[in-house]
Amino acid sequence: MAELVLLVALCGVLTYAWRGLGVLISGRVDARGEAFTWISCVAYAMIAGLVARMLTMPTGVLEDTSVLERAVASAIALGVYFRLTNRNLLAGVAAGGAALSLIRFAAG
Amino acid sequence: MSRQALRQGAREAAGAPAAVLAAGYLGFGALAAGHDVSLPLALAMTAAIWALPAQLILVEMHSLGAAFVAVVVTVVLSSARFFPMTLMLLPLMKAERHRGWHYYAAAQLLSLTGWTMAVARFPQLPQAVRLYWFYGFTFVCIGTSALATGAGYLVAEALTPLARTGLVFMAPMYYLLILSGAVRERIAALSLACGAVAGPLLHLVAPQWSVLLAGLVGGSLAYALVRARVHG
Repeated sequence: MAELVLLVALCGVLTYAWRGLGVLISGRVDARGEAFTWISCVAYAMIAGLVARMLTMPTGVLEDTSVLERAVASAIALGVYFRLTNRNLLAGVAAGGAALSLIRFAAG
Repeated sequence: MSRQALRQGAREAAGAPAAVLAAGYLGFGALAAGHDVSLPLALAMTAAIWALPAQLILVEMHSLGAAFVAVVVTVVLSSARFFPMTLMLLPLMKAERHRGWHYYAAAQLLSLTGWTMAVARFPQLPQAVRLYWFYGFTFVCIGTSALATGAGYLVAEALTPLARTGLVFMAPMYYLLILSGAVRERIAALSLACGAVAGPLLHLVAPQWSVLLAGLVGGSLAYALVRARVHG
């Protein structure tokens, strides 16, 4: 637990370092440079990699669900988000969560 | 004038932006509860880190028993996007009357939601009141997110395992939907695709480093592919 507290503090400080650095040199550097394009690619790939892993090989309570169940619930979330509602994120996310619970319930 | 801008920003955040954040942070709160993170610590993450991808990475990697250094490096890389974001937004908020510390305070309040809305709204606001609008908007965002974190956490603990599963599932669903909406831009689509393939594969080889490696390998590959096509 102590390690996690330290980890949160350090991650907070280091995340702020990026924000503060941006303030410090704003107006002097072009925010559309190649390095920033690469960083944004890395950030996108990182979160996509994490989400793909959480959906295919989850840890914690999601471990008790099957890949098929998660795939069906994901499809329902996507359907609600893109088809049923006009990109209502709260509705889509809630639909995905509810769908997974219902599928588990139906499966016994 | 400034108070009016503050209220206006808060009002504009109170609709769809707050609902969207709530969806993400409810899932995060539930996920934190499921991974045995304490409630104060989960709230501290939302307030101090204030970057949902970094928070998810932190909780997930920690529960996998990843090395301290691996978690820190991964979070730092995932948060690097704040650098170009503040870099770009700050000149748009500058005004003679603000003291310097205001910009550093505003930087901590910045998130993707606030940044996106600010970029869209600033052209219609006088430069002198933009900072106040931003304060109003981002206070509501961070407040809502903290409440949603707590609510997700407490509700997940109180719920039956079945309902908890659904609540925790909201965390990956949030990004699945947001990222699926971003695929219209080719460089983003390619980065997402490379990362989505690399993430699970690398997890099989090196679970504790997989998020970091997926970002570096997948992101660099996507970057190289786009650049090769532009120049080739």
